[in-house]
This record gives sequence, structure tokens and C-alpha cells, in this order.
Amino acid sequence: MAKNYFQPEQETMPLEELRKLQSEKLVRQVKHVYENVKYYRDLMDAKGVKPEDIKGIEDLHKLPFLKKDDLREAYPYGLLGTDLKDCVRIQSTSGTTGKRVVAFYTQKDIDMWEDCCARALVAVGATSEDVCQVCYGYGLFTGGAGLHGGSHKVGSLTLPMSSGNTDRQIQFMMDLNSTILCCTPSYAAYIGETLREKGYKPEDNKLKAGIFGAEPWTEEMRRDIEKNLGIKAYDIYGLTEISGPGVAFECEEQRGMHINEDHFIAEIINPETGEVLPIGEKGELVFTSLDKEAFPLLRYRTRDICVLSREKCSCGRTFVRMTKPLGRSDDMMIIRGVNVFPSQIESVLLNCGYAPNYQIIVDRVNNTDTFDINVEMKEEDFSDIPTGITNREKELQSAMKAMLGINPKIHLVAPKSITRSEGKAVRVIDKRKRLGINI
Amino acid sequence: MAIKQISIFVENKEGKLVTITDSIANAGIDIRALSVADTQDFGIFRLIVTDPQRAKEALESSGCFVSITQVVGVSIPDEPGSLAKIVNILARYNINIEYMYAFIAVSGKEASVVLRVADNETAEKILTENGVKLLEEKDIVSL
Repeated sequence: MAKNYFQPEQETMPLEELRKLQSEKLVRQVKHVYENVKYYRDLMDAKGVKPEDIKGIEDLHKLPFLKKDDLREAYPYGLLGTDLKDCVRIQSTSGTTGKRVVAFYTQKDIDMWEDCCARALVAVGATSEDVCQVCYGYGLFTGGAGLHGGSHKVGSLTLPMSSGNTDRQIQFMMDLNSTILCCTPSYAAYIGETLREKGYKPEDNKLKAGIFGAEPWTEEMRRDIEKNLGIKAYDIYGLTEISGPGVAFECEEQRGMHINEDHFIAEIINPETGEVLPIGEKGELVFTSLDKEAFPLLRYRTRDICVLSREKCSCGRTFVRMTKPLGRSDDMMIIRGVNVFPSQIESVLLNCGYAPNYQIIVDRVNNTDTFDINVEMKEEDFSDIPTGITNREKELQSAMKAMLGINPKIHLVAPKSITRSEGKAVRVIDKRKRLGINI
Repeated sequence: MAIKQISIFVENKEGKLVTITDSIANAGIDIRALSVADTQDFGIFRLIVTDPQRAKEALESSGCFVSITQVVGVSIPDEPGSLAKIVNILARYNINIEYMYAFIAVSGKEASVVLRVADNETAEKILTENGVKLLEEKDIVSL
């Protein structure tokens, strides 16, 4: 066995053993955090929890949550778990929704993170024979550094391309026979598109697999990438706060992403009440980092909504699987009883070739929710005949229905007519709030 | 031979039509013919004007979404049966008319009509062969 494992002992550890390992690590980690991170010690004290109250993973729910706001408040050193002299690296989030978050790493933290990425690479078939082209951005962003380090651990020949300069990406891919591609799904789609425009067929490249993450993408997009590049496309999940890409990864089964549970405990909670939900229920994903020294976050609320599954996986890994994030907890709307996330709408628009510039208007008329989406039409779709536009609206409506499960009314509007705002755009206008409806 | 029509996307909102008529008026451009196609959400305003290129620029600079469509213009005698005659000719050759509308001004004994068909060249050829007088860009200005 063990053909596609990087660390078979951990990846296929029997569940009982895994729970025992998590418990031991948790007790140790809570003690480490309580002693070294004043910010979290204050949170624990405020809640009346002492390190000795945490005897194993069954006590995890007693610990306070950490939110993104805590990270901003504690910026930059407030959550540091070691002396700065023991840290060797900083990575940072993009900071699109507010102040940046910086995460610190000791050499041991980096090794653990790179091991996680190596597991993801080996799971898609990477070996020391492979040529791994990393075109995630390098720098503060964790994408480039994570997969680069993982590829080194596997022993693949690593091409540290970073993102952009697509002509050069293609030249290296062809001249140096890249076999594994790592980048964002939208960039993979773009590379595939460009290859086709240049007259290359999918079989002209040597690629066999790709690892694509860091942004939402759909199954349709996966099929397009697979077709254009002639590869199998795999998903990867991670966040800078917890380490970076590789917190969870897809195996050949492609039925959810295995969470590296020997390093991270995953919980699903009700985002409204904070109550821990049973496995299989949809809710907000919360991570506790068991091995991180420099930036040891306990019960960090990711705001990503997903579902976990313990169903046995044919790949042999025992790690729990998570679905692709279905959206952000703070953006979730309930329309006609169905959970709808702007990110889902955005990915349908991108897949259908529209600009991700849209406005959702929700209202309640005659006790029924109305659900309208304004979308900027493509310049080439406008003609002097209305059916040209109404047909596009119907197509987009079916694509939305397939993704969301409910039918929105699509209104195509003139290009560039939806106000662009600095920073976070106003995407949702929920008029039900005026009715005092609790939504 | 085909003449240029300005097609403007108009959202069904207050003040949208004013923007269009004002920017054409301010550019000193004459409207020769117009028609509006509407749905519940939006309309498409179609114009034949004396200077299509300048009209397009004026409309775009006031934020309108505009495209130029080639249409067939015909000049027919202003008498009963004239329109029936050209419609019959096109029907005989299986040419679908997507839409049609008449010019606002009628000079003397002639009336002018705009026809939107899928294939302008074929339609123009057939109409010419059947003795129908076609309009050219220069005719629009002098109408």
C-alpha cells in the first residue's frame, strides 16, 4: 500500500489513535497558549477556564473562540506564542476587508506546513520524478511559499514561477515538461484558455494533475480546466491564520478535502449561537491548531460555511473530509428557506463569463421572498433586439438555479452601470429588514 | 447601401429617456425616425439620425450604452398599398422582418420605412430588383 501517501503513519492513523493524539496535543497546546499568549489567557480567564480544565478533545468546547477581529486587535504581536527571535518567517493575508493579519512561523511551524502541502502533492500523484510548476503568487501570500516548500519536501523539481507572465509560464511548461501545476483555479483556466488560443491541444503538454485553491470555484470550472489542460484538477484549502494552503486537500476520490487532523482539530458550529453541531450538519468551520508554536490559534472561527464527513474514504486516509466552503458565515442570506451566499453567485457569474459585479435585491411580497440579481451584460450580448438579452437572462437564471437550488430573477443591465465602490462593495440589498423580519 | 441605426439600452428607470433626448439635442443632431422595443425591465431605443457617429459619441459620453446596427431603408410612394407591396416581396423570398418602423418626416409624395432583417444584402438586392427605391446615408440628412 502507501502509494499516494507522504506520511502514511499519520494519514491513515486509526481513528481511536488519532483522537488520543489530538487530546494529548490539545492539552499541551492549551498550556503553551495560556502561558505565552496574554491575549488568549485574558479570554480564558474571562470565561473562567483554566488549562487544567482541558483534559482532552471532549473539553474543547469550553475554550473561547477567536475571531478575525481579535486578530486585528492583537495586531501585530498580540497572539505571538514564542519569542520573536525564535520566529523565522512572516506571511500575511491580502487585507482586502480591513487591516492585514500577519502570522508568524518558527522553523518547526514551517516544516509542519510544508509537510501538509507535501501530503496534498503526493495525494495527486507527485513524486521525485515530477516537475512541479508553482504559479501561485510568491511573497507575503501563503500560496507560493506553501506549495513551493511542499514540492521540495516531495523532492519534485520545483519551478518557482510565481503568478503572471502567462507566455513565460507556457514556455517553461512546454520546454521543461511540467507535470504538476499549482495555482488559483482562475489562473489555471486562463492558462488553459491561452494554450488553446496558441493552438496547443490538451495532449501537447506533459501535465498530469493540478492543485488549485485560494478562491471559490465550481465543478463546471473544474471540468473546463481538466478538458483544456488534459489533467485531473484537485482542490486544496487553507488559511494564513492557521498556516496556509494544505490545511485540507483532496485525494483521488475527490469527495471533499481531508483535513490534516494530526495538526488541526476541526469543529462545525452554528454561526449565530456558537453551539457545536454534530458531524454532517452545515455550519461555520472552526480550527484549533495543535502544533503551531509561533501563532497558536485555538478555536479560530474561519467564517467559512461547510459540512464535515467521517464516511470512510477509499483512499485509506482516516482524516475527516470537508466540503468546499459554501460561503462566508457573515454573508449568508436565507431566501425562501434556502441558504444563499454571494460567493456562490459570484462563481456562477465568473463561470458564465460575466464580470463579478452584481447586486442582489431581496424583498418580501405577499409573504414570499423575492430574489432579484442585477448583472452587467457583456458588451457583445447587446443588440437592437430584446430577445438577445432576455435569452441570456434565461441562461444565467438556469445556471443560478443549478448552483443555488432556487430561481432568482436575473436582470441584465448596461456594462459599468453598477456602482463600483472602494473596498467592500455593497452586493446585497435586503429590503426585508424594513419589515422587521428576522433574517 | 444599408443605413446606420443607433440602438440604445434603456433601463426602465426614471430620467433615462431624458438623458438620451437631451444629449442628442445638445449635440445638435436631428432625429429622422425612431422606435422603441420594450420588455418589463428595459427598452431598446432605436434611432435614425443625421450623424450616427457623433450621436453615438454624445450618448456614450453621457453614460448611455449604445451600439450601431445596419438596417435597410426604403423610400416608397405615399399611397395605399405601398407598404403591402414591399412586405409581399420579402415574404415571397422568405425574408423575415425582425421589426420595422416609419420615418417621422414625410416629404412630398414619398414615405420612408426602416426594415430590420437578418441579411441586409439579400434583402436589398431583392428589393432593388423589384423596383423598390433604397435609402442611403446621404438621403437621411436631406430628408
